[in-house]
Amino acid sequence: MSNNRVSRRQFLNYTLTGVGGFMAAGMLMPMVRFAIDPALQTKADGDFVQTSQKVADLTEEPVKVDFSYEQVDAWYTSEVTDTAWVYKSGDAVVALSPVCKHLGCTVNWNSDTEHPNQFFCACHGGRYEKTGKNVPGTPPLGPLDEYEVSEQDGFVMLGKKIANTRG
Amino acid sequence: MLNKIYDWVDERLDITPIWRDIADHEVPEHVNPAHHFSAFVYCFGGLTFFITVIQILSGMFLTMYYVPDVENAWKSVYYLQNEVAFGEIVRGMHHWGASLVIVMMFLHTLRVFFTGSYKKPRELNWIVGVLIFCVMLGLGFTGYLLPWDMKALFATKVGIEIAASVPFIGELIKVLLAGDATIIGAQTLTRFFAIHVFFLPAALFALLAAHFIMIRRQGISGPL
Repeated sequence: MSNNRVSRRQFLNYTLTGVGGFMAAGMLMPMVRFAIDPALQTKADGDFVQTSQKVADLTEEPVKVDFSYEQVDAWYTSEVTDTAWVYKSGDAVVALSPVCKHLGCTVNWNSDTEHPNQFFCACHGGRYEKTGKNVPGTPPLGPLDEYEVSEQDGFVMLGKKIANTRG
Repeated sequence: MLNKIYDWVDERLDITPIWRDIADHEVPEHVNPAHHFSAFVYCFGGLTFFITVIQILSGMFLTMYYVPDVENAWKSVYYLQNEVAFGEIVRGMHHWGASLVIVMMFLHTLRVFFTGSYKKPRELNWIVGVLIFCVMLGLGFTGYLLPWDMKALFATKVGIEIAASVPFIGELIKVLLAGDATIIGAQTLTRFFAIHVFFLPAALFALLAAHFIMIRRQGISGPL
């Protein structure tokens, strides 16, 4: 036995603090877990979506390809149309996301006459090379995202967005 | 009649001292525009609070019609603005007040800064004031999305990308704000609504209470 006897007052303080702590935790834990659920949900791997772009028609020049898919946003399901810039690089097909890595505007190919053959973001003048690599000295801090690409029946199939593998 | 009711309550609850504590306090000459007109700069804090009260009231009434749902949010705003009597006024109060409260808060901050009122012993009140400023900006950011029109959506996309650029925890902040790793949609709208209408106002009330208790305890800073 230690010589520090716990007084009646201390004992009650400890007990009340402990019980109070349990009650507070019992209230807070479900609410906090409830609130942070989106951060802990594991994302299912995206399926490939078929586009109307024939692989045979692709050239080295990026073209804008719109593709639609069913997007499940919690309780709300809708048909969403997204865009990719698609071109051939040697034998490989490259599909880049048009979302600027600066602040999320939409980039266009070859739309800035002063800087031909680059992706250009009209919002703050961000520029990217054809590979999606950001041009140093312009606002974006990283290269354009890339879509996973596959081919089916001669058409381009686009998968989920991944970090750029070429820039 | 009113006096009699007051006396009846006062006799039982002794409310006069409470009332005195709240309302009866000294207004020194140097902050009274009736003495020196230039003292109007001392009104900006009170004006900020006045507009905040308008924001709270108009916001409460807006929720009578507003629905935080992707299908109906825009339509409910359109309806309350164009079909409901005085809807344009009530939404206008909330819309313009939102900008005005930032302006007034900024002027109040400038006044406190240039009169040196943040100095000892009032440092804590400055800190609480900065927190109020952050909460107000948060209210502005979350409220901007709620009409769910194009401007709101893209402003929020950009805003969330800015939050995502925070080192290390940026991605986490983004998901917790948007409610989804990739989509700014149904869950973003309900989250922003909850934050705008419940969480931030609760924080704001607590901070405002601290702000006012401190200013009452310490009094207004002396003349320059």
